[in-house]
Amino acid sequence: MKKEWPLWEVFIRGQHGLAHRHVGSLHAPDAEVALKSARDVYTRRNEGLSIWVVQANDITASSPSEKGPLFDPSQDKVYRHPTFFPMPEELKGL
Amino acid sequence: MDKALFEFLCRMGDNTLVLGHRVSEWCGHAPVLEEDIALANMSLDLIGQTQLWLGLAGEIEGKGRSADDFAYLRDAFDFRNLLLVEQPNGDFGKTLMRQFLFDGFQSVMLEQLAISKNERVREIAQKVAKEVSYHLERSSDLVVRLGDGSQESHQRMQAALEDLWPYVGEMFLDEAEDAVLADAGIAPQPSSLKTAWDELMLPLLGKACLEVPESGYFQKGGKRGTHSEHLGFILAEMQFLQRAYPGATW
Repeated sequence: MKKEWPLWEVFIRGQHGLAHRHVGSLHAPDAEVALKSARDVYTRRNEGLSIWVVQANDITASSPSEKGPLFDPSQDKVYRHPTFFPMPEELKGL
Repeated sequence: MDKALFEFLCRMGDNTLVLGHRVSEWCGHAPVLEEDIALANMSLDLIGQTQLWLGLAGEIEGKGRSADDFAYLRDAFDFRNLLLVEQPNGDFGKTLMRQFLFDGFQSVMLEQLAISKNERVREIAQKVAKEVSYHLERSSDLVVRLGDGSQESHQRMQAALEDLWPYVGEMFLDEAEDAVLADAGIAPQPSSLKTAWDELMLPLLGKACLEVPESGYFQKGGKRGTHSEHLGFILAEMQFLQRAYPGATW
């Protein structure tokens, strides 16, 4: 029997309308306990309205060594940024 | 009436104060980090509840005593907490079982206090009921998991239940003041809570595969200020600073 509980990644939504954000991780035997522990570990200071927990094993991550092929090609394609449109004066904060 | 209400509020506040202190003893010692933080949270909830109950007790008494005065400047015979909450932590299973048995009591008590005819009592009860309902959800979930877990976890939970069972009866023991408060619709007679407690707790203990001891004998005295030797040690640690340096603040 494995002694360590699996690792869970915790995502919390702070306010209505915002997306869940990754806040950290914890160990728990199953999802239900992970959710309870997340409440106790990560929402002590009134941070949350909603919690997601995902077992870390279930997350597929890109590999840091593939950084070049994955991301470099987009560096020289300035035309993909919508910076060439004149914006109306009244629009502030965009 | 005020005398009876004062006694009652001391019981409520002393229960949460002493249990809160007991649970705080786990800080830095719990079996896993997540549990350590959860226990510390619960301890803080309990201390917060103490401030509400003992704060109101001070107002009712009308002698200018604060919740801190009650916590730090009374001796053991003035404490009105149940013997259950002063029992030593033991292993994690025993701490959990003590919490579970008490959470069930708080839960059925607060349900009645939330419809109290005394507005202040009602307000406090409604506020703390949310905390207590989470505490019970947590403790019952863990009791079921460990009771119905491995052979060792089952044995430990069964032993914890047997150790603590003699302290359950005192929860439902009526004192003279209780009739006064019950007649006035302020607080229920403790004996009237037994059925609700049984209905709430026995199925959970069944689900945890734990056998409820048959013995009807129970320890009593806490509510009248006759405590086990454990309370003195708790107070020695809790009160040392205020006793040695009277009036010390942060």
